[in-house]
Amino acid sequence: MDLTSKHYDMKHKTIYRSLFLFGILASASILFQFCKPKGPAEVATGNAASQAYVAPGKYDEFYNFVSGGFNGQMNVYGLPSGRLFRIIPVFSEDPTSGYGFSEETKPMLNTSHGYVPWDDLHHPALSTTNGEHDGRWVFGNANNTPRVARIDLKTFRTAEIIELPNSGGNHSSPFITENTEYVVAGTRFSVPMGDKTDVPISTYKENFKGTISFISVGKEDGKMKIAFQIKTPGVNFDLARAGKGPSHGWFFFSCYNTEQAYTLLEVNSTQKDKDFIMAVNWKKAEEYLAAGKGEKAKAKYVHNWYDEKTHTATSEMLNEVMQLDPAVLKDMVYFIPCPKSPHGCDTDPTGEYIVGSGKLAALIPVFSFTKIQQAIANKEFEGDFGGIPVIKYEAALHGEVKKPGLGPLHTEFDANGNAYTSFFVSSEIVKWNVKSLEVLDRVPTYYSIGHLCVPGGPTRKPHGKYVIAYNKITKDRYLSTGPELTQSAQLYDISGDKMKLILDFPTTGEPHYAEAIPASLVMPNSVKIFRIEDNNHPYVAKGESKTNVVRKGNQVHISMTAIRSHLTPDNIEGVKLGDEVYFHVTNLEQDWDVPHGFAIKGANNAELLIMPGETQTLKWKPLTTGVFPFYCTDFCSALHQEMQGYIRVSPANSNVPIKFSTGKTEAPAGAAGSK
Amino acid sequence: MTSIKPTSRLIIVVASLILIAGFFVPLWQILMWAPQYPEGLEMDIWYNNITGDVKIISALNHYIGMKHIEVGMFPEFQYIVYIIWFLIGFGLLAAITGKRFMVWLNAGVLLITGVAALIDFYLWGYEYGHNLDPTAAIIVPGMSYQPPLIGTKVLLNFTAFSGPDLGGWFFVISFCLVILVIILEKFFFNRKKA
Repeated sequence: MDLTSKHYDMKHKTIYRSLFLFGILASASILFQFCKPKGPAEVATGNAASQAYVAPGKYDEFYNFVSGGFNGQMNVYGLPSGRLFRIIPVFSEDPTSGYGFSEETKPMLNTSHGYVPWDDLHHPALSTTNGEHDGRWVFGNANNTPRVARIDLKTFRTAEIIELPNSGGNHSSPFITENTEYVVAGTRFSVPMGDKTDVPISTYKENFKGTISFISVGKEDGKMKIAFQIKTPGVNFDLARAGKGPSHGWFFFSCYNTEQAYTLLEVNSTQKDKDFIMAVNWKKAEEYLAAGKGEKAKAKYVHNWYDEKTHTATSEMLNEVMQLDPAVLKDMVYFIPCPKSPHGCDTDPTGEYIVGSGKLAALIPVFSFTKIQQAIANKEFEGDFGGIPVIKYEAALHGEVKKPGLGPLHTEFDANGNAYTSFFVSSEIVKWNVKSLEVLDRVPTYYSIGHLCVPGGPTRKPHGKYVIAYNKITKDRYLSTGPELTQSAQLYDISGDKMKLILDFPTTGEPHYAEAIPASLVMPNSVKIFRIEDNNHPYVAKGESKTNVVRKGNQVHISMTAIRSHLTPDNIEGVKLGDEVYFHVTNLEQDWDVPHGFAIKGANNAELLIMPGETQTLKWKPLTTGVFPFYCTDFCSALHQEMQGYIRVSPANSNVPIKFSTGKTEAPAGAAGSK
Repeated sequence: MTSIKPTSRLIIVVASLILIAGFFVPLWQILMWAPQYPEGLEMDIWYNNITGDVKIISALNHYIGMKHIEVGMFPEFQYIVYIIWFLIGFGLLAAITGKRFMVWLNAGVLLITGVAALIDFYLWGYEYGHNLDPTAAIIVPGMSYQPPLIGTKVLLNFTAFSGPDLGGWFFVISFCLVILVIILEKFFFNRKKA
């Protein structure tokens, strides 16, 4: 009994001990779970929803022009709602509208390398007058095949594209001067140029050069022309900003890879403690140019523009460009040391301060324009780089923002002397005072912000109110869509002392830079229709009685009209195999928001989307005989499904005459092909 | 026959000349709204013309078989201008002669013209709204589309309003001024004599 009872006790004790141990372990692990840091999934609080809410039928306060990155387009959103209104085709084909597919728009995407159907648009730049947004145009850069586009804000269409010779990767672009005198284009890749382009890559230092193109912009018509290029030592240009107010007449460019590496830049271009901000006195450049100090260099590049009267683009090949060499022409270009591969280079609204954002730096240097001028006057140089003087860092420096965050990229400004800098690595926006350099506030972004935008942020009169973050990583912020996720932006209220997240909204393509402008500066100028009287297209049919089908050799030109709800002609015969058929479709409507579409079976290009009063052309080459249907693709009216027609394609050797009509019915003919 | 006072003559002159304004502003307006046209469509009728969104209205109305509105379908436009000049001339004549019966006649002529114009407009509206193309895409049995003479009327997806425009109001003012003269003359100016 004793034994058994003892045994029983022992057994009990063991069970209790085990249970106790288990309990401790369990509570410890639960406690440990509590100690684990929480994820950063912050939810907007307070009245955030109402701040971003724009009631149905009400308008947003701002237009937000957001670069589409690798979709090559410009995306138009409303703020504060984050609603997407439009994707403007710029550097990439758009089968929806026929941009790049219609005969009229194909020349827009022509380059010295032939037709280029895609590009990578990084930065929009809204035109300014006296350093303030004027709502006339928005410019965009093509990062891959170097180009600059001008979009007309009356039509929200690409009006002009100019290619940049001697450039490889137009990243440092399209930043503009105070009165839109110039749009600049700085090359990311330095490249060999001139007669000596077939050189070993290892001769970078010797043969590779950079260029900064100054594109003049017509005061009234906005027409672009490369006024001059500044030839620089081989480096990578990244971003830029024009001076304003007192610094108007100057332009500031960030450059990295002053190590002049040509391979594994990740390591080889990040060795130096400091790279440069390049300051260009473009008024001085103008003087040199006027004095005939420029050199004409051979270069092949195209200039494309769209005529709103003929509804047709023209592409012109140009053969030379004016160049200025700052190593010879003094007092025009200076370098200012800037820590660790500067990315953003932003001038504040007063024009006095230039913020350099070394993307690998742990501080933000702020330069003073006044001090730069003094340093130049006093020749406070620490040496030269490729024959260009380098100003002493301290001599140009207003001060440094200490410990702002990790990986500063870009800075925008509000109207109260504050700056907002994006930090990619620490994934946050930091607000700081430009004069006192004191950090005032910081908010996380989800995740890894790239560019940011304050409405009017790069102008002399920022509109403030919001800062928008354009993020590089989205991860868990939205419903998942496989490995490829949506891109995203985040809207923060900056009207108070503290920044406050009020909205996440998805974006198309990859958003890089964006600008926002009050709707009141743009919307009243919006074109509703094109006047049919002003249509000078060579194949326009200004009325159904003017429609026509004309054979020119093996080309058949059909001048067709579209009006609710029929196409004229809608029965076409006499086309033969081997013919190229051109459908020149005129939308006869003169009513707002009544586009017509045009599509034909088997077309190897796309559709047309024709605005009221406009003519667009779709080329079609039938590969077989038969009868092919065509129809209107835009649901234009109650009888849209009736808006259709047939075209008959006969064998090459047939003698079916050209015949076309609408609304004509005839007794069935005996045999096919008989009259 | 009694003559009217100089003040009355002056008012009659004003009443006549006011009709000239009608050469510069439309007489009548028809406004239309639909779910697709929240901004509204407008048709303005002048002494001798029709302006506004006529093409758009015609393009929409062809679905229900209504005729294409154009200036040519109004033979009235050929002579309305002469009628207006006659009215102005008659008014001035009344003022010059200063005879009371001329003022009465003037009021009568204006009234008859106004009423005749409305009847004419009604008849056009009836014809335009009822004489429909039998091959029209949309035929709603028993439905006709006569625009309202004056006021508002719902026609399928459209709400139509018809009423005087500035020129029409000038016509009304002209008539009222003539009536004013009659009242003044009858009850105020010549009381003692009477």
